[in-house]
Amino acid sequence: MTEETNAGKTESAASAAGANEFERESVPESRLKGLGSFVGMYAGEHAAGTEFMIGPLFVTHGVSAFDVLVGLLLGNLMAVLSWRFLCAPIAVRVRQTMYYQLERICGVRLVAVYNVANGLMFCFLAGAMVSVSATAVGIPFRMKMPGLADWLPNSAGWIVAVLAVGAVISVVAARGYDAVARFANIASPWMVLVFLACGIAALPGLGIHSPADFWPVANAVVWTGVPIEGQTQYGFWHVFCFAWFCNLAMHVGMSDLSIFRYARKAGYGYASAAGMFVGHYMAWISAALLYALQLKEDPGNTSVAPGPMAVNIAGLAGAACVIIAGWTTANPTIYRAGLAFQVLFRNWSRFRVTLLAGALATAGAIFPALVMKLLDFVALYGLILMPMGAVIFLDYWVLPKLKLESFYAEKAGIPFHWAAGAAWILTLCFCLVLYAYAGIENFFLFIPAWFIAAALYAGGSVLVQRYSRPEAGL
Amino acid sequence: MKIFLAGIAWLGLLATVLPSILVFAGVMEAPAHKAVMGVGMVLWFAAAPFFMKEKSPP
Repeated sequence: MTEETNAGKTESAASAAGANEFERESVPESRLKGLGSFVGMYAGEHAAGTEFMIGPLFVTHGVSAFDVLVGLLLGNLMAVLSWRFLCAPIAVRVRQTMYYQLERICGVRLVAVYNVANGLMFCFLAGAMVSVSATAVGIPFRMKMPGLADWLPNSAGWIVAVLAVGAVISVVAARGYDAVARFANIASPWMVLVFLACGIAALPGLGIHSPADFWPVANAVVWTGVPIEGQTQYGFWHVFCFAWFCNLAMHVGMSDLSIFRYARKAGYGYASAAGMFVGHYMAWISAALLYALQLKEDPGNTSVAPGPMAVNIAGLAGAACVIIAGWTTANPTIYRAGLAFQVLFRNWSRFRVTLLAGALATAGAIFPALVMKLLDFVALYGLILMPMGAVIFLDYWVLPKLKLESFYAEKAGIPFHWAAGAAWILTLCFCLVLYAYAGIENFFLFIPAWFIAAALYAGGSVLVQRYSRPEAGL
Repeated sequence: MKIFLAGIAWLGLLATVLPSILVFAGVMEAPAHKAVMGVGMVLWFAAAPFFMKEKSPP
């Protein structure tokens, strides 16, 4: 679930090559990339450290085998279609980064606010990845792993492991992460196969010795439909929606405009299927099998600690995979958070502001709640950033049909476009009301939220462009 | 030389995934599986950096 790092990699790779990054202009025809670049990138980017957490967390919430196998299939399909039909068509027409498009639509000040929100989300996401790596680093020291119900650190060893991992990742990110990005590219094919191997090797221990054994055992042992004590019950729609919104900020939220601006045609959006069905299907199922094996061997051990789970089945390679998966994805995420925070700390060096982002990520990682409640955090992360995707969608496709101007902030020369700002903030307020008073779970809020944001932006644009600023002459 | 390194790297990937299939088939035990996966990891990381191309954007 880490393609938010792609823009960073793109930028970094381009910087390293001394190439034009096209940060404030459209990508020219000569710099477009083939389909293979996108397939490889998505396949690699979605085998991240957090995949080790998500599969098991579904098990803890008592989903059934059907919920997982079919819910993930359809949810991931919706995610792919979102990339293909929402994000990619605008990307290949405008060919500009999401940030630049947003600046042209919303104005520099509103984009700065968005950047800070984005940076904070990146920090917490990186924190979850630091936590994942820490579970493997602590194994040789017999560190007590955090439990499923632990919100606070449960041992000094956990704090030390998180601080050590966080410090290394932060310093490396602050120094620039080209070497790590290259290492991540090398590691990704191997990591994908480790996920696959872990899942296959776990099968006999669960009692699956032939394909015919799979379905009965999957229902009776792995996804039993019964949540672990203290966990809420999830079902098909939770799984379906989670798979769809796991990368909400990237597809519906339009963050991957920055990626697909290099695509020759919108059909390249289907390349995201490589990431979804490798990382968010196979890897989540494999991780769930590892957790189910742990529960079968020791029913009292409900801790979702990827390090011990992977070591149990894959030994040293499993531990290395957990550390590398967490490290190589946390590193660019912290780097991107640092970039986002630079709008707040303009006089700080890139090194210093990235260290600040790393410190925030590490501070978050100390609290196991961040990973034990990862599903809820991912829901919140996507929801907070997604309304701006609705704004971009409306701005490109709908506003011209309403005889309104797209990229209004740029044309009117305003630093803060209130129609976009109100669409964002009021949508989130409305979601809070739906959550608190209408009882709609956070997993399902993003669907009404998109339509609310779209309606608010369209209505706000009419008010601003037709009535508030006629002097703009637009 | 490059072909040789590529062969080593592919051998590493094979050693990563094949043992799990053998475990599933009941012809390999867990300790051997872990050991061969470890060897696969070493082979991959020893050889892959020398033949994999630099990734260009995106």
